[in-house]
Amino acid sequence: MLLDKTISELAAGLRKKEFSSVDIVTECYDAIEKHGKELNAFITVIDNTTALTYAQKKDNERTENTSPLHGIPFVLKDAYITQRIRTTSASNVLKNYIPQYNATVYQKLLDAGAILIGKMNMDAWGHGGSTENTDFGPAKNPWDTTRVAGGSSGGPAIAIAARMSAFAIGEDTGGSIRNPAAWCNITGLKVTYGRVSRYGTIAYASSFDTVGPMARTAEDCALLLELVAGQDPYDATSSPHKVPKYTQKLTGNIEGIKVGIPKEFFGQGLDSEIKKSIDIAAKKFESMGAKLIELSMPMFDYGLPVYYLIGPSETSSNLARYDGIRYGQGRNQFTPETMRRIMIGTYALSAGYYDAYYKKAQQARTLFIKEYEKALSSCDVLLMPVNPTPPTKIGELMSDPLANLLADVYTTLKYWIRISARN
Amino acid sequence: MVTYKTIVGMEIHVELKTKSKMFCGCKNDPFHAPKPNIYTCPVCLGLPGALPVPNKKAVEWTIMLGLALGSEISLFSKFDRKNYFYPDLPKGYQISQYDQPIARGGKIVIASEAKQSFSPRHPELVSGSKIASSSRFNLIGTSRNDGKTIRIHRVHLEEDTGKLIHSTVNGKKVSLIDFNRSGVPLVEIVTEPDINSSEEAKAFLKKLHQIIRYLDISDADMEKGSMRLEPNISVKIMSLRINAKQSFSPRHPELVSGSKIASSSSTPRNDDESELPSYKVEVKNINSFNFVKKAIDYEVGRQIEILEAGETPVQETRGWEEKKGVTLPQRRKEAAHDYRYFPEPDIPPMRVTKDQISELRTKIPELPDVKLARFIKNYQLKPEDAARLTDEVELANFFEKCASQLSIINSKLSIQSLANWIINKKVDYTKASPEELIKVITATKQVKQVDEVELTRVIDQIIAANPQPVAEYKKGKTGIIMFFVGQVKRELKGRGDAVSIRKILQEQLK
Amino acid sequence: MAAKKFTIDDVKHIAQLANLVLSDEQLQKIAEQLSSVIGYMSKIQALDTKGVVETSQVTGLENVFREDVVDEKRMLSQESALSNAKNTHSGYFVVDAVLEE
Repeated sequence: MLLDKTISELAAGLRKKEFSSVDIVTECYDAIEKHGKELNAFITVIDNTTALTYAQKKDNERTENTSPLHGIPFVLKDAYITQRIRTTSASNVLKNYIPQYNATVYQKLLDAGAILIGKMNMDAWGHGGSTENTDFGPAKNPWDTTRVAGGSSGGPAIAIAARMSAFAIGEDTGGSIRNPAAWCNITGLKVTYGRVSRYGTIAYASSFDTVGPMARTAEDCALLLELVAGQDPYDATSSPHKVPKYTQKLTGNIEGIKVGIPKEFFGQGLDSEIKKSIDIAAKKFESMGAKLIELSMPMFDYGLPVYYLIGPSETSSNLARYDGIRYGQGRNQFTPETMRRIMIGTYALSAGYYDAYYKKAQQARTLFIKEYEKALSSCDVLLMPVNPTPPTKIGELMSDPLANLLADVYTTLKYWIRISARN
Repeated sequence: MVTYKTIVGMEIHVELKTKSKMFCGCKNDPFHAPKPNIYTCPVCLGLPGALPVPNKKAVEWTIMLGLALGSEISLFSKFDRKNYFYPDLPKGYQISQYDQPIARGGKIVIASEAKQSFSPRHPELVSGSKIASSSRFNLIGTSRNDGKTIRIHRVHLEEDTGKLIHSTVNGKKVSLIDFNRSGVPLVEIVTEPDINSSEEAKAFLKKLHQIIRYLDISDADMEKGSMRLEPNISVKIMSLRINAKQSFSPRHPELVSGSKIASSSSTPRNDDESELPSYKVEVKNINSFNFVKKAIDYEVGRQIEILEAGETPVQETRGWEEKKGVTLPQRRKEAAHDYRYFPEPDIPPMRVTKDQISELRTKIPELPDVKLARFIKNYQLKPEDAARLTDEVELANFFEKCASQLSIINSKLSIQSLANWIINKKVDYTKASPEELIKVITATKQVKQVDEVELTRVIDQIIAANPQPVAEYKKGKTGIIMFFVGQVKRELKGRGDAVSIRKILQEQLK
Repeated sequence: MAAKKFTIDDVKHIAQLANLVLSDEQLQKIAEQLSSVIGYMSKIQALDTKGVVETSQVTGLENVFREDVVDEKRMLSQESALSNAKNTHSGYFVVDAVLEE
């Protein structure tokens, strides 16, 4: 199958005319035809004639110098604004919304010649970790359809795992790329905040939201990041730092790299199988010449409260624009989970409680940054689990809002500091 | 006996006339837009995913306004979100500034002319005495005769909302929304509650308007709404009654204890003298300085009546109804007031260095007070004439062009004659050219010219004929010189100009 | 701060601020959920943050501005601006009258 190849392999094959974009795109639509309905990964599938015509056009215009993404099919989490293509954020509030502009990341991919196949299912507004909080029906894990795919970027992860797309752009606020990537067994990269422009990304929590690649391999993610990262005049928080050639850093050599293992992340509540997998990974790194260093990050316990105070606070403000006047349906169309987060955030920001909750959480954030700085002064990378458990059964998390929120326990720890993480 | 003191703090919103909007590149020209909703983009329409990027010029202009008002410029400043729902607010929050405004403090000194011109109408305001005025209430105003200082509390930058038009469509009452104005840079200036009469309010606003126009950062057109005025009005009981405390205590103590102090100042002054009333009434929908004056007068009267009845006015927002000449409770539906301010996560904070501030200071043009003083000193103009000429910066510039033209052509026309002409004939500086104007004045004056020989002869004659006034003059009663000027003028049948006559007289009488 | 038990009135007030209209059933449910979730969040109170500055942004960026130029490219036509609105009239967006009778 062509889609078993990495993006570089596909690009090389296309250039050598071993196969065409039409061939790759056809594979995507075949997979969608076969598994699409059952997995419920898509909210909007781009009409295949349109995509194939576009692929043909790309095949015709390909030269030696075209981008490695030229003619490569991809999908977007439905949180990205796409001009003339319905964008819903998986919410009935935007079920008929046809955007008037393009997200920067989407525009970059279009400019590179990549081919959009579809807009993907997710937890509405990013509010969730299982792609069950969606008005378009829960997405299913391709490895076991009785289980969830993870979230909020569940749809994109499924599309990669089920070979319905070569790559995807997900969005990570409190684990939304890493969690489904882990549960669908693909590679997802939560990039450093500001590395990729957020312009045209439907906001969940503005100071956490990051735009990142989801693909089959680390190499694919490195290549994608190289192409989508960079400063954007339309996003004041985008980083002015030069974008490195990430692909050139993938030498395979990790000799002497210090891998920090924070002990708090391996305590009670961590599934034994997951712990075992990580131990195996750690041993593997060690055998490759990395040095394992156990360290302590006692702030761990405060991760969730901090995330669940700041995230909902910002979301309560970010979702205020959905009043049904200029676009979209009314505010009564929010799901119970979204209403709950808006309510928590509104409360945390309200007079008399701001200091105790929002301000306190922002102070705690400073302490987290210090703790991470300290940890990273003694090691180069940190190794930690993404999820405490394997994928849950569909419906399991939705019944208990607190349990739902506790599922984010590990991933939420990386979002508010300038740190990238990959599954 | 009970007396009352008017206490007013002002909130003024001014739209900056930058080319583009505050947080996006949309055209900033809502008043000349031929159609509604044509100057919008994802940002100012609040579309999903759009992000704000602040306009550098708007920030610089706000700093310059702060400098012009003598404010302290914050070296570190940031934007915050002010959360509330209203159909004209597309994002459900307004990007504003909460605890770290661009500028704090500062002042405007109202010129003494402004005060004297209104003092006769309220002698008690000037004297400070508690003589009952024509109204049945006793009002205490300012009592000093020199300029009065109105302190500025803060100056911050935010974005304007869209515009609502109330209409009926297909028999249904609706509000129409136009977002051309949405996101236009808006500066808010908040004063301390230092204003103690409607006249002071008017004088303050005129001065502020003048400064803004001099800075050339806004049209500050009240008709169009690019300058909007919101007085916060309350009345303080200055009781001389024995049971003063009781007369102050309202029938509704809950209104007092729960409500905020007058003015939006966060630093109430502690001294007894400046303790503020427990309520304030904000008046909106005012689009001229005169209406501010009327609205304050009306409100003060209304509030005193309530206080006289032993009650406390309700803290509320009212609207000025010009046709009826009254304020009425606002009809606008307001949600609960809890703006849930928090730092705007989409915009990095701003830091400005002292050097950058100095640099911006050099960009500030000569301001009204300085120009006025210079006109009086350099052109030897009468203060009231200099004030008239410097009222608008464009007129002042026109006058200066004319004056320099005078010296270029070495005209005999005096500066004062030029000034008189410009003021009395209400010369349209947008149309007239200095060269043409001087020709016209000179031609008209020619007939009135008197040659120096004749002038000296007449002056000598008048001095000789009036030994008594001459003696008095020499004793130091210099004011009598106007008597001589009058005599000379009469002899010359109105020819000659008073300034030159006076000069020669002074020489001769030495 | 002790864990708070949310009453229906508390929830109504928050819902009003959030511009959400909730049914009686929703009010009841959210009151319970807020009590439990905020109760859990309150463990943050144990953290000593005395003298700690707040972090509201993590980029370390300052002074990011745009020049004062009109960006025609991004401006929308009236038709496009109104294209997703349910209710429009003569180039305006329309809402029920906001003035009280």
